[in-house]
Amino acid sequence: MTTIETAAGTAQTMVLNMGPQHPSTHGVLRVVLELDGETVVKARPEIGYLHTGIEKSCEALTYSQAITLTDRIDYLAPLSNNLGYCLAVEKLLGMEVPKRAQYIRVLLTEMTRLNSHLVWLGTHAMDLGATSVMLYCFREREEILKIFEMVSGQRMMTSYFRIGGLALEPPPGWLDRVRRFIEMLPSRVEEYENLLTRNSIWLMRTQGVGILGATDAIALGVTGPMLRAAGVAYDVRKVFPYSSYDEFNFDVPTRTEGDSYARYLVRLAEMRESLKIIRQAMDKIPPEGPIKADAPGIIPPPREKMKTEMEALIYHFKIFTEGFAPPPGEVYQRIESPRGEVGYFVVSDGSPKPYRVKVRAPSFVNLQALPKLSEGGVVADMIACIGTIDIVLGEVDR
Amino acid sequence: LEPLTNAAGPPKVTDRPVEEHPIVQNLRAWDDRAVAEASQFRGELTIVLPPERLRRAAEYLQAEPGLQFDLLSDISAVDRFPIEPRFEVNYHLVSIPLRQTLRLRVWISGQDPALDTLIPVWPTANWHEREIYDLFGIRFEGHPDLHRILMPDDWEGHPLRKDYPVEGFGT
Repeated sequence: MTTIETAAGTAQTMVLNMGPQHPSTHGVLRVVLELDGETVVKARPEIGYLHTGIEKSCEALTYSQAITLTDRIDYLAPLSNNLGYCLAVEKLLGMEVPKRAQYIRVLLTEMTRLNSHLVWLGTHAMDLGATSVMLYCFREREEILKIFEMVSGQRMMTSYFRIGGLALEPPPGWLDRVRRFIEMLPSRVEEYENLLTRNSIWLMRTQGVGILGATDAIALGVTGPMLRAAGVAYDVRKVFPYSSYDEFNFDVPTRTEGDSYARYLVRLAEMRESLKIIRQAMDKIPPEGPIKADAPGIIPPPREKMKTEMEALIYHFKIFTEGFAPPPGEVYQRIESPRGEVGYFVVSDGSPKPYRVKVRAPSFVNLQALPKLSEGGVVADMIACIGTIDIVLGEVDR
Repeated sequence: LEPLTNAAGPPKVTDRPVEEHPIVQNLRAWDDRAVAEASQFRGELTIVLPPERLRRAAEYLQAEPGLQFDLLSDISAVDRFPIEPRFEVNYHLVSIPLRQTLRLRVWISGQDPALDTLIPVWPTANWHEREIYDLFGIRFEGHPDLHRILMPDDWEGHPLRKDYPVEGFGT
């Protein structure tokens, strides 16, 4: 508690603990607030409640085994993290992935972006009092999870992208299901817009709330929709393309206001761009072709070959007992996840286990901007500020 | 049977000689002793700086119109125990206007490891430096709020050091 000078004289501030158990913190985030009446004088985020030591655990696993941990970093965008890690290891190996696998990866990571933005929209709207949006968003998200389950056998922790390609051939008919979904979604996005975009309560709760300008955003390392809502068109898919994103035609939506409402509009526009990419990917994916790179010591051989070929059996045994050893060196692979720039810094010392895996988590960096967004505003806007960052605490704490 | 490590073949990136890289030349022209070493692997440029020149080089890289490294993506430390100098700290930079990337690296000793803070240049360094302090025990001189960020305040040891067992102490 400190004494402060106000226009009316001296006053005392109050310290309030928000979280770690609070529904609007989307996990276990604790924010220590210093309040002058209703006004937030100081906000200090305290994190680490979900720290599970994923980076340390990766050092004890082989390169392939570590993929399963990347799912658990950002549980709303597991495939984006799979992709970042696999691309990093592939870069370390100097490996080329077949085009078919690359297009399927693009399609599924864009589905992941839709999934993540739907959860964000639903929970953010619910935090601000618009409960019905959450029910609609989760209805659509369910369909995405069913597609993930169809392709990989898992709804959330898919581990579907493997080093050198994909885990398995997607089942017949999966593209029809994707087509049905993306034909249905645009009208649903319109429905959300009808509920919120010109809704006067929504406008009052988000317009001019949590303003972050371009200069501050870059200085604080903020990326993703938050940076683009401040007017900077930095999207890793465009600036440093990976996984054949340079062959796709899409726009990078930006706004200049930098408030919660601008971030809402950017994320909605991004959902429409994702749909565009998915449509193009469906046309590009060849009906047949390899889904794994041709690298015998790294990619496990098919089951049938193991029963007829000696080499295949030896490789299989070696990959699953020892793993494979990339040449010594280090790479940093950045990709655009729904929340911003995900970076995987993978260091190899020439052994079958990564020497160091560092995850650059966008939620961790973006959360640093919370004091900037909320200080000077009122307590009730704290909820809007936390929601608009779109944090996933699993990723913040890793 | 091919040896396992060669299965992927040689790297496909066409690397040009590192000394001719414009960023390296620019830095050398600015300060003759700023670049201790420059290397390129898989198309990624790494410049090793002497630790005492890190802060000034960072200011130069951000402000120089030909470089404009305005975004600090990430800071990652690596423990090379038992080699001395023990720690390497990597700064991953992006220039949004010029669409280029760079990795800066400094080596620091395992005896009382410390480094200048880069918060005045890139405020985002704040939490990255706290994380490295927490998990590696590297101090950042001039950091306004240097305390643990992920582990509890009363935790002993620094979990990402190589002499810290994966399963932890005393379990």
